[in-house]
Amino acid sequence: MSEAAVVSRFDAPMLRAQGLKRYFDVSAPWLNRIIEGQPRQILKAVDGIDFEIPRGETFGLVGESGCGKSTVARLIVGLHAPSAGSIELEGRDIAGLSRTQMAPIRQRLQMIFQDPYASLNPRWRVRDIVAEPIRAFKLLDDPAAIERRVGALLEQVKLNPKDGEKYPHEFSGGQRQRISIARALASEPEFLVCDEPTSALDVSVQAQILNLMKDLQRQLGLTYLFISHNLAVVYHISDRVGVMYLGKLVEQAPAKTLFTTPRHPYTRLLLDTIPDLDMTGRARGPVAGEVPNPITPPPGCTFHPRCPFATDRCRAEIPRPLPLDDGAVVACHGVEEGRIPAGPSLAVPEKPERLG
Amino acid sequence: MATPLLEVRNLVVQFPTRRGTLTAVDDISFHIDEGEVLGVVGESGAGKSMTGAAVIGLLEPPGRIAGGQVLLQGRRIDNLPYEQMRRIRGKEIGAIFQDPLTSLNPLYSVGRQLVETIQTHTDMSPTQARARTIELLTEVGIPAPERRVDQYPHQFSGGMRQRVVIALALCVNPRLIIADEPTTALDVSIQAQIIALLKRLCREHGTAVMLVTHDMGVIAETADRVAVMYAGRIAEIGPVREVIKNAKHPYTHGLMGSIPAVGHDAERLEQIPGSMPRLTDIPQGCAFNPRCPHVFDRCRQDRPDLIPVEDSRVSCWLYDRASGPGIEVAKARVASTHADDLQEAADV
Repeated sequence: MSEAAVVSRFDAPMLRAQGLKRYFDVSAPWLNRIIEGQPRQILKAVDGIDFEIPRGETFGLVGESGCGKSTVARLIVGLHAPSAGSIELEGRDIAGLSRTQMAPIRQRLQMIFQDPYASLNPRWRVRDIVAEPIRAFKLLDDPAAIERRVGALLEQVKLNPKDGEKYPHEFSGGQRQRISIARALASEPEFLVCDEPTSALDVSVQAQILNLMKDLQRQLGLTYLFISHNLAVVYHISDRVGVMYLGKLVEQAPAKTLFTTPRHPYTRLLLDTIPDLDMTGRARGPVAGEVPNPITPPPGCTFHPRCPFATDRCRAEIPRPLPLDDGAVVACHGVEEGRIPAGPSLAVPEKPERLG
Repeated sequence: MATPLLEVRNLVVQFPTRRGTLTAVDDISFHIDEGEVLGVVGESGAGKSMTGAAVIGLLEPPGRIAGGQVLLQGRRIDNLPYEQMRRIRGKEIGAIFQDPLTSLNPLYSVGRQLVETIQTHTDMSPTQARARTIELLTEVGIPAPERRVDQYPHQFSGGMRQRVVIALALCVNPRLIIADEPTTALDVSIQAQIIALLKRLCREHGTAVMLVTHDMGVIAETADRVAVMYAGRIAEIGPVREVIKNAKHPYTHGLMGSIPAVGHDAERLEQIPGSMPRLTDIPQGCAFNPRCPHVFDRCRQDRPDLIPVEDSRVSCWLYDRASGPGIEVAKARVASTHADDLQEAADV
């Protein structure tokens, strides 16, 4: 490795997305448009987002259905090509690379999907599922070595190496998700994109998988992009959190800052919806409205129809992300003008220094 | 009150299969008082939805009630003929299911479905029923109900559809509503709206609710009492505050610790080793014994009954006067599990 490469490897963040956009054409077929005079319809699933993930950290992405968070995941692993913007992996732009150019990068970027029932081939034995990346990237070619590696991977996710002989249907949801993680780790990746990895699991199993993911991150120095709609899960696992609304990142901040001093009215709305397990009798603000249709989003700030602080400027002008002193970045005219009153903050205790 | 609104006695639900009979709900008893919200929580396969379906007489064959009784205001309803049960459903017991799209008929307008339900169970004229429908839609917070009443389910968003389903369940003022995961299919901000709505309407109408969910947060916000189910049995039942803040059963305690919470800064979540047993091999004795950190000999042999501890009832031998170490010791032991785990995490 050349000296320049060494420098960029340690200076550049693991992943940096800049002005990332992905539009989908959801128009009616051409003939219908001609005959019925329907206009072209563009769905702006991801509409210009910027974020960075330093090596070894977890970036949590939250938002409601249809906000574009899964599209972000698919853009990063190259399942969609971005309409605009760049995705840099350690300083190198990987957006829009061809399949052959992407191949060596895929090895370093792996993905864990939401549904552990749909993401494993039911006709393959677990050992073949886990060995597939090893064979695809030709990491090992001696069958005995592959077998040893698969055994070690299964042990790493707290499964028995003998489980390799079984088929996916013999496992519970949590165990299947462990198999998915073992498969993702098989190509020795540095970066994992996790799209709702625990949403299909029961809470006690979710706890096992979250603990496993934290352990693996510590052992292997992994970097995660963790997507979830569950704020408590995101709070638990993330170092930095981004909140998406209709294809835009409305606020991002270090996890604790975001949850103690939420600034964007949408972030506050989301925090207000977290059920109160401690039953402190915390007053919850009224939550109004629904996410509008993303094909015809409102003009200006897309959140203005639901926002209690909206003004004429919010209805007309799209807010730009504004960096604040404590590392937060907020896209809101109200925050910029300082006219949003201090919000309800959750009582979050001091976070102890990260171990290890 | 002498007779509770709903009483379930020793209910057993079984499924005959080729490999033998599976017992999905295994001898459970509980009651719901007038106007009370009982939460039923548990993980997938714990039997919570089966219990709800058995109460309302909607078990899918080959599932069947193999034992026990369901009493509504002291009257047995588990052995009624289909037509009689049909009259009770809707009129006396309403139902709200997880997916609002499958609970509504896509071919009928929302108004027609509501009017039909109202006319089936009352003797209102079509005009009165329509007026009542619009009133109901207003009550569940649907904007412009005069216009929306003639629209079809696909024209409503998920949250709005669930509001229509709630209106359907409430339209003839039933005494009891069985709500099976009413907010699971919805986004978090909509979920909060629906919970608030359900809570308000049931309080106003004095309707009792059996709220079946896997989400402890929903229970904490809504229920008066909660039953925690594990492998077809009730592990613990008691006032919601008592169960959540002061869990007595080792399973409930582990479950509460495994829920990540904002503001709860543990490097690791508490985890219960293993997973819930399959219905084909429920262990002898207490169903939780292979995963329990406090297991002792008796747990492996005899199945515990619900033992009264303070305001709750707990099915755990730790709390038994004869075999347990005494209630105070047992409580301290269960409560200390989490502290040990934290210590372990700090040592890593």
